[in-house]
Amino acid sequence: MDRVLLVLGVLALAVVVGLVWRSRNGRFTPVPPSVLAAPSPDAADGQSSGGPAAGGAGGTDGRRDDRLTAAEIGAPLGAVATFVQLSSEVCTPCRRTHAVLAAVADEHDGVSHVDLDVAQHLDLVRRFGVMRTPTVLLLDASGAVVGRMSGATDRRQALAALDSCRRGVAPR
Amino acid sequence: MNQHAPAPHPTTAAVAAERPDGIDVRGPRFGAGVTAVLLVLVLLLGAWPGVALALLAVVAASFALGVARGVSGTWQAAVFRRVVAPRVGPVVEREDPRPPRFAQLVGLLVTGVGVLLGALGVAVAVPVAAAVALVAAFLNAAFGLCLGCELYLLGLRLRRA
Repeated sequence: MDRVLLVLGVLALAVVVGLVWRSRNGRFTPVPPSVLAAPSPDAADGQSSGGPAAGGAGGTDGRRDDRLTAAEIGAPLGAVATFVQLSSEVCTPCRRTHAVLAAVADEHDGVSHVDLDVAQHLDLVRRFGVMRTPTVLLLDASGAVVGRMSGATDRRQALAALDSCRRGVAPR
Repeated sequence: MNQHAPAPHPTTAAVAAERPDGIDVRGPRFGAGVTAVLLVLVLLLGAWPGVALALLAVVAASFALGVARGVSGTWQAAVFRRVVAPRVGPVVEREDPRPPRFAQLVGLLVTGVGVLLGALGVAVAVPVAAAVALVAAFLNAAFGLCLGCELYLLGLRLRRA
């Protein structure tokens, strides 16, 4: 009888883990506007998503760390937004996410998608505290990281993330 | 404008290159389900430690087969191809065989340690290993979550720390 309870307990734990994992997949976590509004020497116009002026003066330490350049990702930045996907070899959802983001980039002017192997970009992995693959960093036109998603990301989630990044950017 | 398609980043191209043929995603998940059932039996066989140990050894051997030959080389995969696949319709999604193969290695490590310690007289290691492996196998079968794959990046970070 004890053993039956043990089995049920183990399975219940697994169900909880599975549900939590599934609910976190692809969820877009935006960088707070106050952080984005912090001044940066090479900031481009219109990249902020309406951050309060209060965030302007203080807390600028390391802000430039949250900005990626074309050289760092090895590809030009999109004119509107760039999906920087960090993938690993042993990752099935990475392939699916790659297909989703490549299609979204294809369909939207100024949106590009770059897929990097974590084994070759451990510096980025550490710098952004990436714990799992795929993790997608969403960059605005200036290369600032405006948010991130991890786990399998579907089309709806990718478009929603893009939407929140484009707010404030004039549609063309 | 997609800057990705016309000039793919070298890394992307490297990742895409040499990608082995995809396997039916349902195969490994079915195999994980079969493994989960066996691991439940290992846990239920508490009154017969010898039988439980032998059954855990069978599971470990199956993982070893998966590591050596890829996940499609296991007997669970053979059962899937012969019995299940013809009944569940055509393949809808394929995946790279390397991630599930890595998962087989993680399974082998967990169950292998259990078998080893069990054989050395540490009786409690058998149900503990079976329980850990059961969580992983169940998550794979029920949610499509490859626990070993999620841990891969953490391992990579530790190794190169």
